[in-house]
Amino acid sequence: MITLRDILSMVHGELLTPGSPLGLICPRIFASDLMSDVLSSAEPGSFLLTGLANPHVVSTCSVADVAAVVFVQGKRPDPAVVEEAQAKGLPLVTTKMPMFEACSRIASLFEDKSHAR
Amino acid sequence: MPGSAVFRREFPVKGGDFSKAGTVACRIKDILKELGLDTQTVRRAAIASYEAEMNVIMYALEGRVKLAVSPGKVRIIVDDQGPGIADIKLAMTEGYSTATPEMRELGFGAGMGLPNIKKNSDAFHIESQVGRGTRLEFTIHTNGHKP
Repeated sequence: MITLRDILSMVHGELLTPGSPLGLICPRIFASDLMSDVLSSAEPGSFLLTGLANPHVVSTCSVADVAAVVFVQGKRPDPAVVEEAQAKGLPLVTTKMPMFEACSRIASLFEDKSHAR
Repeated sequence: MPGSAVFRREFPVKGGDFSKAGTVACRIKDILKELGLDTQTVRRAAIASYEAEMNVIMYALEGRVKLAVSPGKVRIIVDDQGPGIADIKLAMTEGYSTATPEMRELGFGAGMGLPNIKKNSDAFHIESQVGRGTRLEFTIHTNGHKP
């Protein structure tokens, strides 16, 4: 099982929502900057990788049952957005890695775990 | 819910007010969770409501979202006053959009809204009058198994 802790470590991320459960399981990743796509295609429980850091990301993830968000390319939402995520129990992570690198590294994590079975 | 009791709530939505986007859908989601509906029904209703709410914010002057929950189903009606839709068939086509660059920058306006409301509903009806507004009506059965 891949956890929020594994993802944080793999992307050298910073947890923006202190106290979020690091043992939260990441069943799958959905990567997009388009909230329309998140609403139509992300499966519940997914972790979202996105370069969009506006308040709509938190609303969208809350509605679509996305379990956590990783902002790529050093994107960082406003403190009010972080506070709202915290209130909704949505862990937020930021990484300086660009989208492709973050996706590649997390994909390798999934592959490693799959081979280790 | 006992018997055939119906739970009703109504929410106003102001066109152009992106700062409040998602407020109604999140409220509906909380209500349905509090009423003890299953997670899939709650999610489908929340997603469909969110798409409808965004459509009012993006395109209309104002609108109202009416929620009615009765045993076995969630019914949502969204009425707006706005430009209306000239070609509903075209508007229902995935990818067709009249969104502005500003809407797209926010991550919306990909032409998936109406099709996604239909996808998350068990019954869906839309009618529109150009220059007047649009009325959406969708129902989600609580034992439904659509995605």
